[in-house]
Amino acid sequence: MKKIHILDTTLRDGSHAVSHQFTLEQVKNVAKGLEDAGIEYIEITHGDGLAGSSYNYGFSLFSDEDYIKAAALYLKKSKLTVLLLPGIGVKEDLEKAKEAGAQVVRVATHVTEADIGEQHIGLAKKLGMEAFGFLMMSHMVDKKKIVEQAKLFESYGADVVYITDSAGAMLPEETKEKISAVCENLSVPVGFHAHNNLSLAVANSIEAVSAGAQYIDCCLRGLGAGAGNTQTEVLVGVLKKLGYETSVDFYKIMDVAEKILEPIMKRPQIINNPSLVIGYAGVYSSFLLHAQKAAEKFGLDVRDILIELGNRKMVGGQEDMIIDVAYEMYNNLQHDTKGGSG
Amino acid sequence: MEKKVKVAVIGPGNIGTDLMYKIMKSKHLEIKYMAGIMESEGINRARSFGVITTINNLNPILEDKDVVFVFDATGAKSHLQNAPLLKEAGKIAIDLTPAAIGPYVVPVVNLDKVAAEPNVNLVTCGGQATIPIVYAIKRATGAVEYAEIVASIASKSAGPGTRQNIDEFTQTTAKGLEVIGGADKGKAIIILNPAEPPLMMKDTIYTKVPNPDEKLIRESVEEMVNEVKHYVPGYKLRVPPIVDENKVTTIIEVEGAGDFLPKYAGNLDIITAAAVAVAERLAQKLNLI
Repeated sequence: MKKIHILDTTLRDGSHAVSHQFTLEQVKNVAKGLEDAGIEYIEITHGDGLAGSSYNYGFSLFSDEDYIKAAALYLKKSKLTVLLLPGIGVKEDLEKAKEAGAQVVRVATHVTEADIGEQHIGLAKKLGMEAFGFLMMSHMVDKKKIVEQAKLFESYGADVVYITDSAGAMLPEETKEKISAVCENLSVPVGFHAHNNLSLAVANSIEAVSAGAQYIDCCLRGLGAGAGNTQTEVLVGVLKKLGYETSVDFYKIMDVAEKILEPIMKRPQIINNPSLVIGYAGVYSSFLLHAQKAAEKFGLDVRDILIELGNRKMVGGQEDMIIDVAYEMYNNLQHDTKGGSG
Repeated sequence: MEKKVKVAVIGPGNIGTDLMYKIMKSKHLEIKYMAGIMESEGINRARSFGVITTINNLNPILEDKDVVFVFDATGAKSHLQNAPLLKEAGKIAIDLTPAAIGPYVVPVVNLDKVAAEPNVNLVTCGGQATIPIVYAIKRATGAVEYAEIVASIASKSAGPGTRQNIDEFTQTTAKGLEVIGGADKGKAIIILNPAEPPLMMKDTIYTKVPNPDEKLIRESVEEMVNEVKHYVPGYKLRVPPIVDENKVTTIIEVEGAGDFLPKYAGNLDIITAAAVAVAERLAQKLNLI
């Protein structure tokens, strides 16, 4: 029976859905619950990774170090994982995270920019950490480009390379094709991270597994950016049904989702219209709440903002460009209503 | 004809060549030397413009009394070696590398303070683009408690040096926001975007200001944008300062002059343009022109 490694990122990707306002108590309880249920990797960081706390992405209630320490105190088996986006977090942040108890780091770059993560992978290996490469927005390029960039991460020493559908824009056939290509060309295991904007997170995760992926990301109740991620307890059930082996207890993980996570959630994790448009237009999922805010401020339809961001090929981390686009649309609208000469 | 101040450039790569083009357009500066470590396209290009070239040997520059300013467009390691030689020879070094031996300089902000320095450093491209805005907000309000910038640049304009040392960009820029911009605390983020055709450099500047007065801030920022435009014509305000409680958001765009580097490489253009502006303005202060 093929073994699938489960990485739960409720406490990292899910942080977007609560605008990075988890309390230390919540982090501790969720982490404990995940460990008790048998989750192998637990990711805990600001939604945009180490040092993501900012005006651009939202300030978090506590520092990454505080969150990591809060969980590390209780984790014995599960591996405490952090995310780092070069360009946002720096090597010193990784050293501090390691000091606080992180054992694994995922170095995330845009799918065409793996080379900005070479030093961070190198440092992680030097610190004795597991290091994963994480290629974001993998829907934007063809499989050849993804393979090229995945190989770069492998050459830097990454233990696992992830194909990441940050926009929840990939379709099942595409997922299969891209994951297969990477699996064929890499000697390290391959992972997959989905978003549910097109209601395909679980389906794509299963495609990924059957195409050879050995690591799958998920979140309790799907809590995450945009319409959220692959739902942990559902994934565990489906994998069980398909005959894959995981280290997770099906009943226990359902209980953690219902008893520990659900009471924390600010709203049900549904595919609302803006999330659907994010998947459709291929926009970074964490733009959701920021775009909604901008739409409100400038009196625009959030879907128009998101579609335009997609047209402009904005990548992960460009939350500031939401304001740029909204301001321009607002100005054009003012201009039109004034009957200007154009 | 007005007397021109003689200068030299070390490093005939993309940055050094763009510098050469800009110096050739300058009314006050004349490029006399281009120094490299080997025969290269850049060296040949300089030679074809009648610039004296020197390979693996700075002596012609060091011994030439006419040369006042030396631009270093190599790398941090190389500048650490060049800097003491230039200082000893009495040259003013304008450092475009991350070495930062001398104080940071942003022409529209702190030129007066560094006028007597033998070595000045250009911070980073993101620093040149955003520090003027932070400074403009500070001069209008008296306090910037926090400044955070997001620099978005075209992937094609980020060379291997930037890519392998991406932390250096964010850390140096953050420090520049504090030291010259006047923010109590600085933070910098850089995003590479591979879109084709390549996107213009855009910078978002968020500042935290107690009780911000939008009108005063706008006036100061608009004035500053015009000051920067003097040496970076493609510098423009995309989103004028928007006040939201104590947060002020401003977005600027930098279109390159397209001298040697393509127009989308505004991030590189702004640092070479600033370097030339520093030399021209220091030449005036030192009564050389």
